[in-house]
Amino acid sequence: MSETSVDVSKRRFLVTMSSAVGGVAALGATVPFVLSMNPSARAKAAGAPVEVDLSKVEPGMLLAVEWRGQPVWVVQRTPEMLELLGKHDDKLTDAASDSSGQQPEYCKNPTRSIKPEYLIVVGICTHLGCSPTFRKEIGAADLGADWAGGWFCPCHGSRFDLAGRVFNGSPAPTNLVIPPHKYLSESKVLIGEDQGAA
Amino acid sequence: MEKLLNWVDERFPLTASYKAHLSEYFAPKNFNFWYFFGSLALLVLVIQIVSGIFLTMHYKPDAALAFASVEYIMRDVDYGWLVRYIHSTGASMFFVVVYLHMFRGLIYGSYRQPRELIWIFGVIIYLVLMAEAFMGYLLPWGQMSYWGAQVIINLFAAVPVIGEDLSIWIRGDYVVGDATLNRFFALHVIALPLVLLGLVVAHLVALHEVGSNNPDGVEIKKLKDEHGKPLDGIPFHPYYTVKDILGVVVFLMVFAAIVFFAPEMGGYFLEYNNFIPADPLKTPEHIAPVWYFTPYYAILRAVPPILGSQFPGVALMGVAVLIFFLLPWLDKSPVKSIRYRGPKFKIALTLFVIAFIGLGILGILPATELYTWISRVLSVVYFAFFLLMPWYTRNDSVKPVPERVTK
Repeated sequence: MSETSVDVSKRRFLVTMSSAVGGVAALGATVPFVLSMNPSARAKAAGAPVEVDLSKVEPGMLLAVEWRGQPVWVVQRTPEMLELLGKHDDKLTDAASDSSGQQPEYCKNPTRSIKPEYLIVVGICTHLGCSPTFRKEIGAADLGADWAGGWFCPCHGSRFDLAGRVFNGSPAPTNLVIPPHKYLSESKVLIGEDQGAA
Repeated sequence: MEKLLNWVDERFPLTASYKAHLSEYFAPKNFNFWYFFGSLALLVLVIQIVSGIFLTMHYKPDAALAFASVEYIMRDVDYGWLVRYIHSTGASMFFVVVYLHMFRGLIYGSYRQPRELIWIFGVIIYLVLMAEAFMGYLLPWGQMSYWGAQVIINLFAAVPVIGEDLSIWIRGDYVVGDATLNRFFALHVIALPLVLLGLVVAHLVALHEVGSNNPDGVEIKKLKDEHGKPLDGIPFHPYYTVKDILGVVVFLMVFAAIVFFAPEMGGYFLEYNNFIPADPLKTPEHIAPVWYFTPYYAILRAVPPILGSQFPGVALMGVAVLIFFLLPWLDKSPVKSIRYRGPKFKIALTLFVIAFIGLGILGILPATELYTWISRVLSVVYFAFFLLMPWYTRNDSVKPVPERVTK
């Protein structure tokens, strides 16, 4: 066989095919590395529900508990706070809590809670994940005379009312998240488990 | 000695490399002040790698131990405070030097044909450097580390459809936690530095292939003497090695002054809130990124949510960085250097510098209504500099460019 009779098209075919097969293999080899960066079984299992004793929360006060590494706030709203809650629906992005996934079905109501006086909400701003500051003073100087109490996010200035609903013009696109929770007794609540049929 | 050198040269191109990159690498003879910052960036890279190696000998990448291990380095390790302050000062000085280096490229048109790839490698270096700095900032596990990382990783969650899963994949957990700290440590100390070194080599190989630009923006390779040497070129060594050493001495004086007298730089190099251990339940009153990220942070904050999504702001912030890649093709001017450009470019560049610094200042300040509006105006100026460039560079009244470099 002489050197001039190289089968170029056969050579090109072989190079292309072996490159393609090798490329697929290389891509496949990255899969375990990429997937190893997902939450581990331990991290997934760490989301156990948390029990909170409501008798520790005084009227108008906020208790922060940790659930899945996130702050969850338990607030006992006073009758005055609840009364003010209905008066600014026109300034809210989503007053009726229509966007799904932000609260369980049983909290899709004007107070966004099971019992009107107790608000249980994830304390993470829906904008970029900061934890907003509790500002319950009505008419706080820096937040305007019509401030009816709520949360102010120090990172980017999002404002939420005492039902965790976001005010128009905030960078946060949606209301704060209400976690699944259920009452075990009159004064005990379990955060992280839905109020099922039981 | 000569025999040894010959022995090596027959097996490894030692003398040839020395000649090609130093003693017979011809650089334009008219380099000025702005040409210090490339070699200084290389120096800071070395400082960061060396100080970083010594920090890893004592640091613990564990959410329960990290904060205390940094304080241990500061208080109990002999000269640990010095090594850490060198590393933290080096991070900020890296950006000082890189921003000045990039500005040099802007004023003298160093990104123009045939240096597009040098510029592109440089922009990639800048991107990797940002990732490197961001991941390094998480490691002390202070309040700013924690909440800064929380905010930046949540930027990825804003991406439509895949965002939520993407951010969980980056964190390795549902919140910033031990898994995040551990992987950021891995990326910060090994993966990104390796990438950075490779890119720096590519940046320099490309530079030495085409040769340096200069303040006049003329190609010195066009005119050569009878030996094939550029008429306006001088060997890099000894001329520029000596010049660069002068720059290094002055730079190190400034560097040492910061390390010894103002390592926190009034809260700009090391933020006060970062001396409080990370607390996932409480965001500090006022959070701001370290100074070198603030222009982009201000752009992010300037964009309101559109259609119930914050993605537009995130996307615009990303574009603000990535748009640098397009610079070689946006600039249609017949001349490279600002010395021969007309007033339109000079005005545009001045406005851009004002916008960049202005956004940087606004990114540090709390977001008020007035500041948000100023940020919006400056963001428009920032993008206009790039997007209108084909128009104002083409129509500018340029001056004739000389054949040879001037003094």
